[in-house]
Amino acid sequence: MAEQQPQQGKRSNSRVIAWCMAGVVGMFAFGFALVPLYDVFCEITGINGKTGGRYETGVSNQVDENRTVTVQFLASNGPGMSWEFRPVQRSVKVHPGEAVTVNFYAANPTDHAMVGQAVPSLSPSEGTLYFHKTECFCFNQQPLDAGESVEMPLVFIVDPELPEHITKLTLSYTLYDQDPEARVSGSARAGATTTNNNG
Amino acid sequence: MSAVADTHSQEHHHGPAKGISRWLLTTNHKDIGSMYLIFSFAMFLLGGSMAMVIRAELFQPGLQIVQPEFFNQMTTMHGLIMVFGAVMPAFVGLANWMLPLMIGAPDMALPRMNNWSFWLLPCAFLILVSTLFMEGGAPNFGWTFYAPLSTTYGPPSTTFFIFAIHIMGVSSIMGAINVIATILNMRAPGMKMMKMPLFVWTWLITAFLLIAVMPVLAGAVTMMLMDINFGTSFFDASGGGDPVLFQHVFWFFGHPEVYIMILPAFGAISHIVPAFSRKPLFGYASMVYAVGAIALLSFLVWAHHMFTVGIPLAGQLFFMYATLLIAVPTGVKVFNWVTTMFRGSLSFEAPMLFAVAFIILFTIGGFSGLMLAIAPADFQYHDTYFVVAHFHYVLVPGAIFGIFASAYFWLPKWTGHMYDETLAKTHFWLSFIGMNLAFFPMHFLGLAGMPRRIPDYALQFSDFNMVSSIGAFMFGVTQLLFLFIVVKCVRGGEKAAAKPWDGAEGLEWTVPSPAPYHTFSTPPEVK
Amino acid sequence: MRVHAKRAVALAAGLLSPAVVMADWTMNMAPGVTGTSNQIFSLHMTILWICVAIGVVVFGVMFWSIFAHRKSQGAKPANFHENTVVEILWTIIPLAILVAMAVPATATLVEMYDTSESEVDIKVTGYQWRWRYEYINDDFGYFSSLSTPREQIENRQAKGENYLLEVDNPLVIPVGKKVRFLLTANDVIHSWWVPEFGVKKDAIPGFINETWTRVDEPGIYRGQCTELCGKDHGFMPVVVEAVPEEEYNAWVAEQRAAAEAERQLTEKDWTLEELMERGEKAYASACASCHQPDGTGMPPAFPALKGSQIATEDMAAHIDIVVNGKSGTAMQAFGGQLSEVDLAAVITYERNAWGNNTGEMVTPKEIFDYKNQE
Repeated sequence: MAEQQPQQGKRSNSRVIAWCMAGVVGMFAFGFALVPLYDVFCEITGINGKTGGRYETGVSNQVDENRTVTVQFLASNGPGMSWEFRPVQRSVKVHPGEAVTVNFYAANPTDHAMVGQAVPSLSPSEGTLYFHKTECFCFNQQPLDAGESVEMPLVFIVDPELPEHITKLTLSYTLYDQDPEARVSGSARAGATTTNNNG
Repeated sequence: MSAVADTHSQEHHHGPAKGISRWLLTTNHKDIGSMYLIFSFAMFLLGGSMAMVIRAELFQPGLQIVQPEFFNQMTTMHGLIMVFGAVMPAFVGLANWMLPLMIGAPDMALPRMNNWSFWLLPCAFLILVSTLFMEGGAPNFGWTFYAPLSTTYGPPSTTFFIFAIHIMGVSSIMGAINVIATILNMRAPGMKMMKMPLFVWTWLITAFLLIAVMPVLAGAVTMMLMDINFGTSFFDASGGGDPVLFQHVFWFFGHPEVYIMILPAFGAISHIVPAFSRKPLFGYASMVYAVGAIALLSFLVWAHHMFTVGIPLAGQLFFMYATLLIAVPTGVKVFNWVTTMFRGSLSFEAPMLFAVAFIILFTIGGFSGLMLAIAPADFQYHDTYFVVAHFHYVLVPGAIFGIFASAYFWLPKWTGHMYDETLAKTHFWLSFIGMNLAFFPMHFLGLAGMPRRIPDYALQFSDFNMVSSIGAFMFGVTQLLFLFIVVKCVRGGEKAAAKPWDGAEGLEWTVPSPAPYHTFSTPPEVK
Repeated sequence: MRVHAKRAVALAAGLLSPAVVMADWTMNMAPGVTGTSNQIFSLHMTILWICVAIGVVVFGVMFWSIFAHRKSQGAKPANFHENTVVEILWTIIPLAILVAMAVPATATLVEMYDTSESEVDIKVTGYQWRWRYEYINDDFGYFSSLSTPREQIENRQAKGENYLLEVDNPLVIPVGKKVRFLLTANDVIHSWWVPEFGVKKDAIPGFINETWTRVDEPGIYRGQCTELCGKDHGFMPVVVEAVPEEEYNAWVAEQRAAAEAERQLTEKDWTLEELMERGEKAYASACASCHQPDGTGMPPAFPALKGSQIATEDMAAHIDIVVNGKSGTAMQAFGGQLSEVDLAAVITYERNAWGNNTGEMVTPKEIFDYKNQE
């Protein structure tokens, strides 16, 4: 039967295969492209609550004395992270446009040096684009020796363009253990015999 | 199935080879179609047994039979096996058997790749099922395998699960390429696109969906693999990643996937209803456009699976509107089937019984889908048994009954014998009753507040759970009757004519029953 | 034979009796006790009736055909297969119905997303497998775990009325005030749902979500985790007590005082017996689901504590693993979750229960110092 298919049919098949494979490769690439696309989309719109990197202040912003916004602070520990971690101030009332400094307290109660990384998340997500951090302990990893504690600063400005209906912002940090051994224990976990929660 | 050589052939065809090498090496679309169908039925029984374990545990409150860890493995594997091992391969089997016959082609465009596409499946499922016996057990994170439950907290077998998905995905993609090449290049002269039978149309569109989204699934599981084994953080907040990203990528695949699982059934029903109504399909053109519209829209609705995740209001509204929109072309199809029946001359052999049940019960599944689309209401339905009811209605009386209807419709063509009509009607009624007893109460359970994926429940959910389990056992046992019917039909029965159904139309009914090993070596003329 | 029949009936009756006693054929969603839940209920009923109406029409036509157009009754088939007007109509009309549905749905959704002007803010954290509630403006918080005894789950005891929907420490909120919930998770994605509030939101590790409610009627409201989160996903219920405002304020004051007292308790002198008694309760709540009430655990994932090295030998190692957890395993750092009193009690209990009998104890003050060592 194959021999009855005209030469032209064979060429057509090759074209279909070529186009389909191009589609397959393209969609696979698209799947991976979704990762940076997602990040860019979120950065532009701020919709996943991830506040951006360091904010470069331009000319001094106008401070809107007539408006007050409450900024609340939350601290959580990642799984297995044994540090004490809490905001020094639970919340502050700020005027949009003014630079405000608050602190977070962290302490390492263990008997060995550790490294922590704080990851921020802001709610409501429409506020993310209007929350600017000029200085944040989340920009860097935080090493602490055994028993050491520290007060870490956060300096931020709420943009005066913040939509009117938003009167409260909640900034939450989750502190993760950046111990390289613990992180790549994904592979250790695969090999270990006494690990996961679901065994 | 048929060992009869094509007596019209002028070449030196020997007919099929003998023994095991026939099946290992065949490039014949009928053989491959049969293998797909047998494989899918075996997976259906395997996935079904897991459902029996689930329903046995849920028969009463309390933990009686299995521990929660194993229960989670059962729900996960039941879903994976049914979606990827039963429903999809069954439709590919039907495509293999019927597409060349319907378009007057001698075989699929790429017969050797066809053989590969099939044999990859038993390999993939051997790997997947073997995870049950690995340390830490099988995947236990739901067939939707959300991160980080599946990445950071998954069992060691997760990597094998990913491997199995990759292999199965390659099989699907190769099959889709084959279908597209066959339909575009091998139609008999005179068969223009808008003259193609509906089953051919729905498979063409399904194949495009497969090409578009199976690679995205491959991407998602590859990212999982990298997070688990290579220290990346696609879905891990501690490394700057986002678990919600997983859901976006997964459902971008997942939503078109559910249409992949139903469009071929739409096509088959569009053959069966006109045949048993002895009346042409109403609105052929709009049926084609509706399938195209459904396929296109299916790419725009994925986040309706994520209404409670915390996506912003604008996104929520967009996905709600787009999802509501899909109801329109789907409704058009239902109206067209009903209008085909209206003022027809109806008879209710087994294929038609399943087809009518499909129309009614799939539509009920569609109604619960419409309710789920109302985003604020979905906050109450999401992750409850209401969702379980919805997708079992569209998949069981939807896809599965569509497959049963097709099997009964085309068994005479495949085997040369009529199946036992009384037994088949029994299979239908027991399945119909069992299925409704099993799944209709789940609507109530969900509305009353029962979440999904739990091995034990509060006392107010007891009664409907018991009814549901009884229905499920009934439905499950009945499928053994189907096995008996098929085996009996293969082995003998009343001789079937080339066209055993007087209302049927199409090239497939012009070849003898059983269809000779080689058909349409010379393409027919289509007026 | 009759004896067997009697026994069979008794067995069946025994097995079915919880079902019979609690017979519940509830078929519909409850309207609930908040504005949101009532709006959702209306939307639900509206779309349900629309579907019923469409179903009646469509299935009606079909059943009519099944009855009147049968070949066996002599029906001859018509030949029509197109009608553009009809097809356009049945495309436009459903579209119009859906647009009509979208309007009230949009309004409700907009309101559900408006978390502004809240009067109470509560942080809800999902853990495997319990919830933690923190009243962030009042400096106290606690864990809320399933309190249904294992004997009931394992069918050795009759099941109580609120089987699987009861906790040791429910969430308490004031009636009539807008309460805002900030949700996150410690490990995997969980989801917090109270059906009668119409509130459900995913708790995602590393991210913060918000939602809100305003409860109109006092009462106890029960919900569950609604995102698969591992083996005990079905065993981490949500229980909320909505109380009148004065009662709420009094309760908050009590809780703040208790938290302060707890901080002071670390200074008192504890006896072994007092620690054991406290430790047994703390163990049951925080440890037993993995290490089992009898200390035998479920190796290899959850090691045994009974007769184990960790609970009978080096005390410092035992304190370390309970306080700091063990990276790369499911053993969490309970130092951040339990008070010093409970930590000391649990460790003391583990060292003396199930025949471990070391006679050793550790005091809350020692735990406090361990956590703050320079």
